[in-house]
Amino acid sequence: MAEPFLSIQHVRKSFGATTVVQDFNLDVEPGEFVSFLGPSGCGKTTVLRMVAGFEEPSAGKIVVAGKDITRLKPNQRNVGMVFQAYALFPNLTVAQNIAFGLKVAGMSKPDADRRVAEMLDMIKLPQMADRYPYQLSGGQQQRIALARAIAPKPKLLLLDEPLSALDAKVRVSLREEIRSIQKKLGITTIFVTHDQEEALSISDRIAVMYGGRAEQVGTPFEIYNRPATKFVANFVGTLNVLEGKVTDASAGKVQVNAQEVSLKGKLNGSKSGDTLSLALRPEAISLARQPGHDTSLSGEIAEVHFLGSVIRVRVGIGGNTVSLDTFNNSTTPPPVVGDKADISFSSGDMLVLH
Amino acid sequence: MTDISLSGPSAAGKTIPPGARAMRLPTQWLGVAPFIIFALMFLILPTLYLIIGAFQSADGGFTLQNIADLAQPTIVAAYWISIKVSVASSLLGAFIGLAIAIAIVRGGLPNWTRSAALTFSGVASQFAGVPLAFAFLATLGRLGLLTVLLRSIGFDLYQHGFNVLSFWGLTLTYLYFQIPLMVVIIVPAIDGLKKEWGEAAATLGATQWQYWRMVVIPVLWPSFLGTFILLFANAFGAIATAYALTGSSLNIVPIVLYAQIRGDVLHNANLGYAIAFGMIFITGLANVFYIWFRTRSERWLK
Amino acid sequence: MKSGKFWAWLTFVLGAAYFFIPLIATLEFSMRMKRGEYSFEAYRVVLGDARFQESFTFSVVAAIFTIILGVLLVVPTAYWIRLRLPQLRPIVEFVTLLPLVIPAIVIVFGYIRMYGSSSPLPFLASGLGTNALLVIGYATLALPYMYRAVDTGLRTIDVRTLTEAAQILGAGWTTIIGRVILPNVLIAVLSGAFLTFAIVIGEFTVASLLNRPAFGPYLQNMGANRAYEPAALAIIAFAITWGCMSLIQVLSRFAPKSANRPN
Repeated sequence: MAEPFLSIQHVRKSFGATTVVQDFNLDVEPGEFVSFLGPSGCGKTTVLRMVAGFEEPSAGKIVVAGKDITRLKPNQRNVGMVFQAYALFPNLTVAQNIAFGLKVAGMSKPDADRRVAEMLDMIKLPQMADRYPYQLSGGQQQRIALARAIAPKPKLLLLDEPLSALDAKVRVSLREEIRSIQKKLGITTIFVTHDQEEALSISDRIAVMYGGRAEQVGTPFEIYNRPATKFVANFVGTLNVLEGKVTDASAGKVQVNAQEVSLKGKLNGSKSGDTLSLALRPEAISLARQPGHDTSLSGEIAEVHFLGSVIRVRVGIGGNTVSLDTFNNSTTPPPVVGDKADISFSSGDMLVLH
Repeated sequence: MTDISLSGPSAAGKTIPPGARAMRLPTQWLGVAPFIIFALMFLILPTLYLIIGAFQSADGGFTLQNIADLAQPTIVAAYWISIKVSVASSLLGAFIGLAIAIAIVRGGLPNWTRSAALTFSGVASQFAGVPLAFAFLATLGRLGLLTVLLRSIGFDLYQHGFNVLSFWGLTLTYLYFQIPLMVVIIVPAIDGLKKEWGEAAATLGATQWQYWRMVVIPVLWPSFLGTFILLFANAFGAIATAYALTGSSLNIVPIVLYAQIRGDVLHNANLGYAIAFGMIFITGLANVFYIWFRTRSERWLK
Repeated sequence: MKSGKFWAWLTFVLGAAYFFIPLIATLEFSMRMKRGEYSFEAYRVVLGDARFQESFTFSVVAAIFTIILGVLLVVPTAYWIRLRLPQLRPIVEFVTLLPLVIPAIVIVFGYIRMYGSSSPLPFLASGLGTNALLVIGYATLALPYMYRAVDTGLRTIDVRTLTEAAQILGAGWTTIIGRVILPNVLIAVLSGAFLTFAIVIGEFTVASLLNRPAFGPYLQNMGANRAYEPAALAIIAFAITWGCMSLIQVLSRFAPKSANRPN
């Protein structure tokens, strides 16, 4: 593993008696795109603001490129930041906004002009140079804010929920743009969001945060498929939770609504008679028996929602309800509420939540 | 709320809803006619009457003589002292008011200071006129509390050239409503400065001073300038405070005009009009300057 | 940061001193009427003075009429501008701001010359006409404040939707303005009313030049002839202004929060 570019070590932050971040550790490699994902109040923004220098950690240290920056002022850190509410300076034109960091750093006018033009090309808004922020749409303003943050070539790019204030469509196109620019420039980036789809789609790694600590740090694939904690499993993606009763811990046998399910591997720490929660992603379940699916459960169709290309079906199995999606097929009518139905899945897709 | 069963028959009684007939253009204007007529009769025409009168001779012909007659020493002195007091009190009021506003909004003071200062400013900005003069006489007059207190510790204000019935006395008195007026108007503008602007500037490497110079001051400037002009006009037209404070020992323009209206002391009615015109001209000029400056330099404003 | 806080405190304390010392001094002065002791003698004399009672009553009545005139003038206009004639908005706003630019003494000078007893509209020929002109002048002076208060109130409610809803229910214009719009902007109107009251109650220039027996000229007259009573009057006037402004603050808590506004 390469030398970490950004290292957040044992960082803690309390405001008075309340601790909002506790013992947060993270190493970020050069050029990596890491998302902090979590519900509001989980401490993700506070960690970001400590990296930016707006909050001072109560304990721990933050190292960038081998240099401890924990006590540096924000304007000495050379980080670029993009805010949720754009935060463009209203009295400056687009070009002047982008040039702000360059001017402050004492760059000559011709050099600054060249850099501004380069930035405007990068965000594909070269014709907007002389406009004022109020004349631009939200998406355009946020792209300008991104260009402004990147223009002085910061060591780190910090994005604080930059897409939350935008329309759904713009949000998707801008996040792709942010990712492609980030990849092209190879700039180390931290992206704070509460939107799991956003985090999954553009990150190299995700730190899922809850209650002031990182619950799990991993690639989107790992986070989604192998959630380490119940919180992560619930927060990331849709999850069906089935209550089961352990019948044979060493053989991994569990009963769900009086139907037996064999899990891969033993159930360590459980004994027969214990109840436990089993989780399944909707896309791992199908209505009919599929090749490779080794387990099936019988139930009854409880709800059918026709969503166009996809039909979302809820199947009741005893006290549990399982959601699953089937693709629309013009020759097959959708299932009918009240019909008996079998669902099948691979026992390997089943997660045991502790 | 309105009972539908009751209002139904009444609507049926009128075959056409009242709104439908008012749709046509000429009747649209009936809605604002009372206001327009009032404004013409009691604001615009009386003012025009004086302005026209300023350019008329006694027999009604056009003349510039009245304006030229303003050049006599007493009138020029009156305008000069009025302009001095207005500029001094609005300039000081604007800057002190701004400093107080920044202190209570951005100074990290406890919350009560803000609400206390705003409430008090709301009151003090309307506390002008005769009672204000009384208050300053009781404070800084020859027998005022502060004068007496300072004298008892060996400092005689009046021996050091101070007099409440003077330029500085009047300016100090005017500040009592000028400062709060600035606070009341500028606080919302300072509230409008977003915290993120400062943070964005900091991450871009700007010092606090650079941020102020490049963002805060330009953003506050239009409100500041506008309020300054308002303070100027406010002081320039004020008469009651000065009249009650100084009698006629400090001849500012409104006091000269007041005396003229009461007794034609200038023995020339049209010269009175010219003085009024001069007052409108000066406050108008200040506003034209403000509008010109604002449209020229603040293209970023919506 | 630490030094910033120091300067903020210093500014605040100096400001507070400048604003409180005259009040304390005036209060102290007003209580010195009896030699050698503090008393409320000056207040007793003032409040017992028949001319005080008459002039104060006169000004209160004038203020009430001013408020009524201001409301009748401003509410329908501001409403109509919002509803039907938004293109007139800049002009009307400009006109309402004129009284801040044209000094009161100039306006009343214009009245005296235009509406004298030999003019086509001889307001000044009778006492009643002069009183009417006084109220009109006050309404003009209060116009910027009244208009702004009402317009701010209208901004927080969706005038168009409310009007259309009332029309669908069969309401006529008087019902719409009187029973739908006015109650919704009542707080704003009352704020404007109290501000108007505070401006009008001690007004000197217009009342004096129109020779009305109002509170302002009475105050001025006392100032020229007495020593301790003016201080007591200043405290009373400050208390009245304070009362009006406090009422506005209290009222603003009941103002409708823009609940039904789109966006």
